[in-house]
Amino acid sequence: MSGKLERRAAMATLLADRGDDLLVVPGLGSTTYDLAAAGDDDRNFYLWGAMGGAAMIGLGLALAQPDKRVAVITGDGEMLMGMGALATIGIQRPGNLAIVVFDNGVYGETGMQPSHTQSGVDLLAVAAACGIGPCLDVRDEAALRDLAARLKDLRETLFARVLIEASEPPRVLPERDGVVLKDRFRAAVGVKA
Amino acid sequence: MNVQITDWPDRLFATLKRAGIRQVGYVPDAGHARLIDRCRADPDIRDVVLTTEEEGVALAAGAWLGGERAALLMQSSGLGNCVNMFSLARSCRFPLLMLITMRGEWEEFNPWQVPMGSIVDPVLKLCEAEVYRVTKPEDVESTAERAVQHVFGDERIGAIILSQQLIGKKVWTK
Repeated sequence: MSGKLERRAAMATLLADRGDDLLVVPGLGSTTYDLAAAGDDDRNFYLWGAMGGAAMIGLGLALAQPDKRVAVITGDGEMLMGMGALATIGIQRPGNLAIVVFDNGVYGETGMQPSHTQSGVDLLAVAAACGIGPCLDVRDEAALRDLAARLKDLRETLFARVLIEASEPPRVLPERDGVVLKDRFRAAVGVKA
Repeated sequence: MNVQITDWPDRLFATLKRAGIRQVGYVPDAGHARLIDRCRADPDIRDVVLTTEEEGVALAAGAWLGGERAALLMQSSGLGNCVNMFSLARSCRFPLLMLITMRGEWEEFNPWQVPMGSIVDPVLKLCEAEVYRVTKPEDVESTAERAVQHVFGDERIGAIILSQQLIGKKVWTK
């Protein structure tokens, strides 16, 4: 028993009663499968590539839709590849953006090789140093429920590291056609021409 | 008459405004200095300074998902940083308007600019981007207009290439 959170249950907790105005961008790989497992939704923009881009997609979306909430929910490997985005977001700080990193310390998609976070690289400290706040260290159910509540009432750019166990639940594969994903998302947001 | 037009960055800015661009991502660049200043001074444009150019590819995708148009300003050296992130625009057909100032092609003092500068056109073509090259200031606005129509009308990648001849050589001082 690791005592860490289980990723599918964590995703389900964060998205319970998500509301019509929550837009979700996962990273490629496990968080995309986690999001699909929590229930398909037109307001999910699944990624099958573009590693390192999830947080910046979230930023562009949050700036364009200030009346909606945007949650980027990605993994530690994906966030590490785009770590500069935390600096970029740190000086934009849209109040409707949350960056949530499911940190299990491994690259799950490629065979569980250790990631930098396992050796002490602290994404929470990076986000804080980039001026993002609040930065939440989520290590148990109570903290997870607190994060879920904060996601429902976003007021400032938020960063959360959710410590999850290095498990590999069966993959749940959502739509892969990028044009379909884009078009249905835009229609759900109400911007399709 | 041979009147030198030197306000081409202002004409580019006017084109971006007419196109309804609301987000401009950029890595600071001397060739784009005037355009960056204009964007930063405009209350209707969100200027987003990036740590690396590929962030801007993802930013523009997010903007379009939310119904806004974005533009990405960079120097030719930044293009190479974007190549894998272009798969986002290519797989989903996101409109991506890039304005690229050239280095390494004309009166270049710094030889390290040549390796990337010399492959800008083939890289863009391999990435299915339409290339709009400008060498004369009087062509800047009309060429930029065509790029805007293509990018946002057809949801495609387009790159306005601002040649080093147009920009003028960088002056190196001690």
